[in-house]
Amino acid sequence: MLNATYIALIPLLPLAGFVMLGLFGRKYFRNTSGVIATVLLLASTLLALYTAYGYFFEYGKAGGVYQKLVPLKYTWLEFSKGVSIDMGIILDPISAMMLVVVTFVSLMVHIYSLAYMKGEERFPTYYAFLGLFTFSMLGLVLSSNIFQIYIFWELVGVSSFLLIGYYYDKPSAVAACKKAFIVTRFADVGFLIGILVLSYYSNTLDFNTLIANLTSPESNAYKSAAAASFLGVSALTWGLVLVFIGGAGKSAMFPLHIWLPDAMEGPTPVSALIHAATMVVAGVFLVARLFPVFAISSPNALNLVAYVGAASALFAAVIACTQTDIKRVLAYSTMSQIGYMMFALGVAHWGAGEKMLGYTASMFHLFTHAMFKALLFLGAGAVIHFVHSNEMKDMGGLRKFMPITHISFLVACLAIAGVPPFAGFFSKEEILLAAYHSNTTVYWIALITSGLTAFYMFRLYFSIFWNKEHHPHGEAHHGEGGFAMMMPLVLLAVGAAGAGFIPFGHYVTADGTRLESEFHLQFSILPVALGLAGIVLAMWLYKKQNERPDKIATSLSGLYKAAYRKFYIDEIYLFITQKIIFNLVGRPAAWFDKNVVDGLVNLTGNTTQLVSEKIKGIQSGKVQQYAIYFLVSIVGLALLFIYIWK
Amino acid sequence: MIEPGLYHLLFISTALFFIGVFGFFTRRNLVTMLMSIELILNSVNVNFIAFNKYVWPGKLDGVFFTIFIIAIAAAEAAVAIAIIINLYRSHQSIDVEDAEELKY
Repeated sequence: MLNATYIALIPLLPLAGFVMLGLFGRKYFRNTSGVIATVLLLASTLLALYTAYGYFFEYGKAGGVYQKLVPLKYTWLEFSKGVSIDMGIILDPISAMMLVVVTFVSLMVHIYSLAYMKGEERFPTYYAFLGLFTFSMLGLVLSSNIFQIYIFWELVGVSSFLLIGYYYDKPSAVAACKKAFIVTRFADVGFLIGILVLSYYSNTLDFNTLIANLTSPESNAYKSAAAASFLGVSALTWGLVLVFIGGAGKSAMFPLHIWLPDAMEGPTPVSALIHAATMVVAGVFLVARLFPVFAISSPNALNLVAYVGAASALFAAVIACTQTDIKRVLAYSTMSQIGYMMFALGVAHWGAGEKMLGYTASMFHLFTHAMFKALLFLGAGAVIHFVHSNEMKDMGGLRKFMPITHISFLVACLAIAGVPPFAGFFSKEEILLAAYHSNTTVYWIALITSGLTAFYMFRLYFSIFWNKEHHPHGEAHHGEGGFAMMMPLVLLAVGAAGAGFIPFGHYVTADGTRLESEFHLQFSILPVALGLAGIVLAMWLYKKQNERPDKIATSLSGLYKAAYRKFYIDEIYLFITQKIIFNLVGRPAAWFDKNVVDGLVNLTGNTTQLVSEKIKGIQSGKVQQYAIYFLVSIVGLALLFIYIWK
Repeated sequence: MIEPGLYHLLFISTALFFIGVFGFFTRRNLVTMLMSIELILNSVNVNFIAFNKYVWPGKLDGVFFTIFIIAIAAAEAAVAIAIIINLYRSHQSIDVEDAEELKY
């Protein structure tokens, strides 16, 4: 049964946790805050599962097609007839799926943090921020209005900022959180302009109406948007591209990805939740939400999505092969996988069956990626917890000390490398198939990337768990973490191993109809073989300590160094901002402000002071002097009125 | 004996007024200054009465105003003397130059 109250409670429970822990946490719930937040989130997870079950199996379908249901809609700000900011809930296959993903991963992270963050000074604050993030992310996926999604979009940005900067006494964390906020904010300006363009032409902010208006070629909205053009590109395409820029900023697509690797300064469970599984896929979600408009009305914008996604995927995979900080490897891997999801959407077309495969594949990969990437991050967190370092060289030979982490990490690596029958295999096959059918360039890029993915993931795996035989930390000085840390790992490992068997095409498709996914054995051979080759190469290089990696690095010195320095993108940004923008815009503006604006203000101040200095002698305190002024002025006024103003 | 006319009275009131002003400006003793103010007020009273008697003999407005001014002057004197007494208590002096610091 469809009940809006239950659905509204899913985001509102974490919000309640945020308010309660944020206001009273430090005083009254010093030690219990984690449990309170976890229980609230457990309730919201159960409600999300109940809602998703109800949607997919009970009331979601009408005539065999999944509907876009709007169980709750409250008009909040009405600008003019039809154009209003609503607070509403939309329930369709992707939002129901995202509800499950967000609440489940968030719950795992909440449980994991109980042990990982134990003893932190700002423990309640941490849980308050997690609650705020979960609330905003759930609000984002449920938004029925494009402006509502923008509000929640900014809210997830804020909570990401707060959590990256959680260790605010660490200068690098402060720099990282500022960077993340500024870069995503910069992209969000594009999003906002995109919203204004789209809503201006479609005359609405409501998603369903907007999509309906902009996809039917007969409607006036479509005609005017397609006819108006700027720099030779139609306004509709511009709007969609601008919206995509917002999505690219949040999803760390090239060239707006620079904030994601730095965001790893936050606590590791936060990286698992925000910078791997949920927030960074918001951009993919946004494109998926507007997919009909992209696909039907503006194939050019969709092509851009495909190429940006594919470029980011390859670019990040190359960098990931050279990084030594394990969290940064995972960050680049995240960027690469999100690139996968993006181009999967980009290669999809509007039409029946196979053509829309990319959409389903993208959402499928989002789902499986959330499982195995959260698992990888939480596993990395356990490793960091154990060795107190992020650097690969401080690790090695950990498989004996951390058996559960080892196995679950291996499962996640196999899943991301696309080895059957783990989850990543199925979703990646679908993406490759979709790319193969529509765009061969993208297909080849994706294929190379998948080989690289397998290589760098197993480089990571062997470096952490094999490589050296004796770990410098000696015989386990403490265990690998308690039940609270291992339980999420095991649950996520089950998800990463088994999520691939869900027949996703039956539930999540672009138009709600059923899509049978076919399995082509011949097609799968090449990617799987490439993946295995990557694994074997990584094994040869990193299983035992040896000279080979260094030799290869020296023989490829130029390329290696460029990749190690992340292709100098950060330096380019620094050059543009500090040398060009600061010198050409910042300095003159500062000069103008200091000399002209401040000068005017100082001038009035100084004049007043000067004049008062002169006339302050008048107030002498001598009553008789005052009386003389009075008398003289009265006489003067009298003369004035009598002789001059008759 | 000559019946006094309007001009005589105006002369008296003007003389009174300037004596008061002179006293107010030159004396240092606050009580004397207060007395000078009373002189100024009384010169105004004489003015009112004179105009009332010689210009509008049938009316009483001037007389009323005079009574009004006398009442106000009484109240004003009471307040002024209270201030002077307080000043004396704190400064042991009723010299106007010792009251200068009241400006702060």
